[in-house]
Amino acid sequence: MTKKVETQEAVEILSGNEAIARGAWEAGVKLAAAYPGTPSTEILEAMAGYEGVYCEWSPNEKVAMEVGIGASMAGGRALVCMKHVGLNVAADPFFSSSYVGSEAGLVVVSSDDPGMHSSQDEQDNRNYARFTRVPLLEPSDSGEAKEFMIAAYELSERFDTPVLFRTTTRTSHSKSLVKLGERNAPRPVTELKRDITKYLMMPANATIRHPLVEQRVLDLAEYAEDCPFNRVEMGDTRVGIVTSGAIYGYAREAVPDASFLKLGLTFPLPKKLIADFRAKVDKLYVVEESDPFLEEAIRLMGIQIDGGKELNTLLGELNARSVAESLAKAGVPGVNPDLLAELGPVPRDLPSRPPTFCPGCSHRGLFVVLKKLRLFVSGDIGCYTMGSLPPYNAVHCSTCMGASISMAHGMAKVLDPPAEGAKPDLRQTPIGIIGDSTFFHSGITSLMDVVYNGGKTLNIIVDNSTTAMTGGQENPGTGKTLLGEPSATVDIPALCAALGIKRVTTIDPYDLEETERVLREELASGELSVVIAKAPCVLQYKIRKPVFVIDAEACIGCKRCLQAGCGALNLYDDANGDRKVEINPVDCAGCGVCSQLCKEGAITRSVPAEGKVS
Amino acid sequence: MTARPTTNVLLTGVGGQGVVLASYVLSQVAMSEGYDVKQSEVHGMAQRGGSVTSHFRFGDKVWSPLVPAGTADLLMAFEALEGLRYVNQLKPGGVLVYNALRINPSPVSAGLATYPEDVDGLIKAAWPNVKCVNANELAAKAGTVKAANVAMLGAISPTLPFAPETWEAVIRKAVPPKTIDVNLEAFRLGAAVANEPTGDCKTG
Repeated sequence: MTKKVETQEAVEILSGNEAIARGAWEAGVKLAAAYPGTPSTEILEAMAGYEGVYCEWSPNEKVAMEVGIGASMAGGRALVCMKHVGLNVAADPFFSSSYVGSEAGLVVVSSDDPGMHSSQDEQDNRNYARFTRVPLLEPSDSGEAKEFMIAAYELSERFDTPVLFRTTTRTSHSKSLVKLGERNAPRPVTELKRDITKYLMMPANATIRHPLVEQRVLDLAEYAEDCPFNRVEMGDTRVGIVTSGAIYGYAREAVPDASFLKLGLTFPLPKKLIADFRAKVDKLYVVEESDPFLEEAIRLMGIQIDGGKELNTLLGELNARSVAESLAKAGVPGVNPDLLAELGPVPRDLPSRPPTFCPGCSHRGLFVVLKKLRLFVSGDIGCYTMGSLPPYNAVHCSTCMGASISMAHGMAKVLDPPAEGAKPDLRQTPIGIIGDSTFFHSGITSLMDVVYNGGKTLNIIVDNSTTAMTGGQENPGTGKTLLGEPSATVDIPALCAALGIKRVTTIDPYDLEETERVLREELASGELSVVIAKAPCVLQYKIRKPVFVIDAEACIGCKRCLQAGCGALNLYDDANGDRKVEINPVDCAGCGVCSQLCKEGAITRSVPAEGKVS
Repeated sequence: MTARPTTNVLLTGVGGQGVVLASYVLSQVAMSEGYDVKQSEVHGMAQRGGSVTSHFRFGDKVWSPLVPAGTADLLMAFEALEGLRYVNQLKPGGVLVYNALRINPSPVSAGLATYPEDVDGLIKAAWPNVKCVNANELAAKAGTVKAANVAMLGAISPTLPFAPETWEAVIRKAVPPKTIDVNLEAFRLGAAVANEPTGDCKTG
């Protein structure tokens, strides 16, 4: 490694996610693995930009965790990243990794999403630290994210433990100044150490490991007393606030002159430090987002708290204003009055602006057909979950990654068959729908279950050759890796055939007639069936075809085309006050779904005279 | 030097309008001028036509990345409805600069909701301190409507204490090389309009 001579300290504005990648790189990380998930995705994307780190998108978080454990066991520092719910998927290896420890530093980033900007729940993953008995670091901003990351690897090796590194949407996706440093060269990895009692978790060995794990928690608690990331900032001694993560910033703004105990290492907690702080202030408040994680631990220490979760909600995100309001209500002196001023009225009855399928999206045609067929659609996690929104309302349940196929199977197994002679009711027919990346993540085993146990459901794999919802990451079906290398491509029809499925059909979801015909045929077969709706993501692959136009003379204002739910279509009143629909040529991607819905033949493709794409 | 208090800017718009890039430019400009900076936005659904907000704050010391409700010094709305929606985020005396552009939300496109009839009038009634800009028109004049976000930056530039050279240097680095001239022109057109009195705006 060449050493740069720098006279000036380099400072950059980085997001928390970019800072985590930077910190891991400076710490000499040799391998990084993740499955994309908001708000964690950009960590690996940034990591892939650094030299000397092997980075991969794994098909799911459990696999990523295992890849990381293997790397650490072999002696290379490893980083594993995921969103909060991803840690549920990875929980099995994560728990065992606590017993196994770390030969080289192993850091697991969990990016939580209080407020559910892009998630199905707002679980507080700090609880996993207590549950797995591993140390927990919580940075407040990007500068800390980088510093904490470097310290996390030292902690991991010093205490022989994986480290849980917890961010939230606001620390992951906020940007602030970061001082850049040099990379510590990774140590060479040349020999696999054999230590069966430590590395092989069967009862006899795990029994030996568990007491060591509990001793480690005690040792870490002692370390926490002097950990530089647990910091007392004395101010007005009438008010003491214990806090961590992004909430520290909100609390500083809410009560600028208070005394603070700012915790960076939040499991295990420093009992003496907290008790000393308590003794120095008149009243002690714990200000934290989501669960009363710090508060409960502090109360269990027998330390008196004057205000905790009863002041700040369990739900959603906190902010400077909500913290100020809650503390003022509790009678805390010195609350910033700017944050208590009454807000003006919110203008009423404004139309909301929910996210929707992009113009040209390959999911649109399929959901137009699914709405028409009135099936019960068991959905999954991805852009196509938006098929549940108006005007489609055509996805009826979704719980977690990979659940669509297995849940539809469970439903079908308990549904009583229609009365003899009665026509099958499509409304009472559950089908599964799952995207390509989600199928690779955890849909394959669900499908295997249906085959193995004689299920007869219809399952649609919407294959747009990308992990679209998180911004278009590569996956095992795209033929490319995170590092841009060409790779093997999973052949989904061949995989389904190998699982033992006889009926596998690939359709063009832009062709409404064909889509409807094939779905009806497969439903009528009464057999287990997989339909692959294959068309690339228009956003990711930048697909634009010649736009469509509406002949205003021919348009009768019936609004049938609006069933497409496309943002390029606009209702307007013409000069005679007649209601018409027009197409915005800037937005239209030329997919033609609306033209297939029009019974008047009013919507046609505008191909310029020379036949060029307009 | 006297302490410089934190200035709060809220950017609002629609996914795909370049709100995030504009916020990036702002934070780079502020950093270049020696300020502490914090900036925040939510990714994930942003590209799918949803409402997008970005928070940008600068000062000697900025503690948190979110502009607290009711404290924005400047609300920069890239679409008219998204300006109206957030007027109560401004502090008394705060400025709203909005792009006189209408982008129908999906419920409006689907015929399930209506766009406010006189959005300009509603904005004026809701907030006294308003500047309206036709950023898309200015950007088109500069060479491409895609530079509307940079025209918006030009339009708000006089309200922030940054030097024109800093703006220019950052824009040069932030946009694709081929589009530098177009973007700089869009910025200049935006800045020129900013100093003119606001006429009657008609969002369309």
